[in-house]
Amino acid sequence: MPLRLLKYGLSRTYPISEDIPATPDLLPSYDVVIVGGGGHGLACAHHLSKYHGIRSVAVIEKGYLAGGNTARNTTTIRSNYITLEGIAFYKEAVELFETLSQELDFNVMFSQRGQLTLAHSEATLRSFHLRAEMGKHMGTRTEVVDQKTVQDLCPQLNLDHGGPLEIVGGLWHADGGTARHDAVAWGYAAQASRRGVEIHQRTEVTGFEVVGDRIQVVNTNRGRIACGQVLIATGGMNYDVALMAGVELPIRCYPLQAMVTQPLKPWLDTLVSSVSLHTYLVQSSRGEVVIGGGSDPYQLYSTRSTLDMKEHLAEGAVHLFPFLQGVRLLRQWAGITDMTPDYSPIMGASPVRNLWLDCGWGTWGFKATPVAGKRLAQTIAEGRVPDILKPFALERFETFRLLNEMGATAASH
Amino acid sequence: MKILTCPMNGDRNIDEFQSFGPVRAGLDPDRTADAEWARHLFRAENRKGVVIEWWRHVPSNYYFLAERDLVSNEIIRTFDSSDPQGRT
Repeated sequence: MPLRLLKYGLSRTYPISEDIPATPDLLPSYDVVIVGGGGHGLACAHHLSKYHGIRSVAVIEKGYLAGGNTARNTTTIRSNYITLEGIAFYKEAVELFETLSQELDFNVMFSQRGQLTLAHSEATLRSFHLRAEMGKHMGTRTEVVDQKTVQDLCPQLNLDHGGPLEIVGGLWHADGGTARHDAVAWGYAAQASRRGVEIHQRTEVTGFEVVGDRIQVVNTNRGRIACGQVLIATGGMNYDVALMAGVELPIRCYPLQAMVTQPLKPWLDTLVSSVSLHTYLVQSSRGEVVIGGGSDPYQLYSTRSTLDMKEHLAEGAVHLFPFLQGVRLLRQWAGITDMTPDYSPIMGASPVRNLWLDCGWGTWGFKATPVAGKRLAQTIAEGRVPDILKPFALERFETFRLLNEMGATAASH
Repeated sequence: MKILTCPMNGDRNIDEFQSFGPVRAGLDPDRTADAEWARHLFRAENRKGVVIEWWRHVPSNYYFLAERDLVSNEIIRTFDSSDPQGRT
């Protein structure tokens, strides 16, 4: 080894940089315990430590950092939902992504390439008009486009004029984009660690000691922790974790599968999604085409993949882009999604006074990582739910004020 | 391909079936408060374990019950809803 290189290795001017420290010993107590070391929990830890001066924070993760749904989603970022409350929330998410690399001093590879959702029927176009008008009203870039514009935006598409799956138009969402999912989690983790947040990997919550209407102790496989506030942000495990605190969430778990092709030269600029084919595609910065669709058709706590779903996704992808027929699949995987009855998340208060919820993220959680973290940190720090989160309260299922986003979510994201 | 054994049609690809979720006790509309309705409508059985669910064989529009493990996805048994041996 050249000695000149060794000089840098031993120099104090160039210390070894450590983005995320190794898991420390558990302290007896923390002001805030965040259950779940995925993007959402880490984003909340970042905001608590940077903007609210709360640094006695432990992020408790059963597995490894960001290895659950943060690692398994298909990285779609968009705000073209249907309800006013939903659009307002996801609009803030997109805006936070636009400056996230600067905020975290970490390149999250945000790429605002726009999302094109395809309509194969007049009925779909009518629902697109509703989404476009709601989007415009809320100040997002969402518009209905005709066949010609679809062709201009994505010349590689097989429009299949006259066939049963003819593309009759689309919903063009110029604000849509994608980012590197791992980088988002790592960036938040590095920032939070730098300000004193402890990230405990391989630490599993085994129960909560609830006294009266408060959680006093979080039990883990590595010991007991006394806590001030607790946030649940455990993705597919939200139902189980909340139940340990006696809170029964309106959630059912379904697997969601996705796959990627071998790397190709850059050819697909926009994110493309088809409602009728239940298929969407995006080309990653590595050149792989990420292909996803809807959740599995029945409840299951499993991350197994099925050939049926692979065939279904491949059929949709090849219909839209016939030249993909010779391309090989590289990887396939699944995550467990915590689906709510109205396809909107559950955020804010729970029946337990110091337990806060970041749950019900189903198939739409990644895009909300920055805004959920920011707003839940604010909630925990101030002890009250900000207006932007109020519509997503757990109580909406008792008062029948549901936020129906099914038409803007299921398989069309 | 996963096989589901339909009590009427025998072994079929699970693609031919539609799941309607875990069986829930019916409510008496005259005696049910709003909170109970909310619970009935939105809080479905989701525990990690064995559940009895409604399924439908789509081509024959036949509804029946299946006992299934929500973790291993093993289908333990299927039976007609009128089967007195079925409900345990």
